[in-house]
Amino acid sequence: MAPTNEHTTRSLRVNSRTELLGDIRSFVADAARGFGFDESDVGKIELAIDEACTNIIKHAYRYNPEGVIEIRISETRERGSAPKFVVEIVDSGITFDSSKYSTPDMKEYFRKLRHGGLGIVLMKKLMDEVEYLQTPGQRNTIRLSKYLPA
Amino acid sequence: MSDFSVGVRHRESVAVFDLKGYLDAHTAPELERTFQSNIDEGRFNIVVNFRELSYISSAGLGVLMQFIEDVRRNQGDIKLSNMSPRVFNVFDLLGFPMLYEIFPDEDEAVGKFLNKSEKLS
Repeated sequence: MAPTNEHTTRSLRVNSRTELLGDIRSFVADAARGFGFDESDVGKIELAIDEACTNIIKHAYRYNPEGVIEIRISETRERGSAPKFVVEIVDSGITFDSSKYSTPDMKEYFRKLRHGGLGIVLMKKLMDEVEYLQTPGQRNTIRLSKYLPA
Repeated sequence: MSDFSVGVRHRESVAVFDLKGYLDAHTAPELERTFQSNIDEGRFNIVVNFRELSYISSAGLGVLMQFIEDVRRNQGDIKLSNMSPRVFNVFDLLGFPMLYEIFPDEDEAVGKFLNKSEKLS
């Protein structure tokens, strides 16, 4: 197996406040641009990270502005595969049980005129990989990754 | 300083919302209030003009979902216009064109309400 070379290049710690979403987007967009993504992909990554952080503020911390969100950006470059841009977002709020989640059928969603729950759908469409890493009683991590197109 | 604003214009029986800036979970409540106050005033024919909107997240799309039922129950509609390719892409990824009519130009959206096929002057 090819050796993995992954290292954190940048990180940001912010409180769980919606007014900081703009700062989070700028931080991630700068890193994605620096990694070599074009503006279209930068926009996708920026939106996916906004959605992940919005869910943390809303559901994990239930709008408690004292919560802490840590965003860590790392790069993985393995021989023979495309460079991978990885964003890990860590919180210590209420754990999201991804095993109980299933992606909604959008036809059904619109027929029933539902609202909410679209953030996770977008994250999965915008990124190549979305993983929830949880250890009960500990911090929650969501890892969103995107490969740099050749 | 807010990085989002919404202005309201009236074109005959149609309320046109001009969105500007960044629409996310922080600024979506402002759009929510604009919808609510127009609906409270009995305005159910709504065109949302996205020309000056730079960014939208699902929080903004959620506001549209929140009011569509109420508006249609009152024989109105929410029609969308003038989206940049970036903003349109978010709507398209989620399949919103299944539920909302999206027009390249505001006049066409307003005209649809007024049952006029020709462009308004």
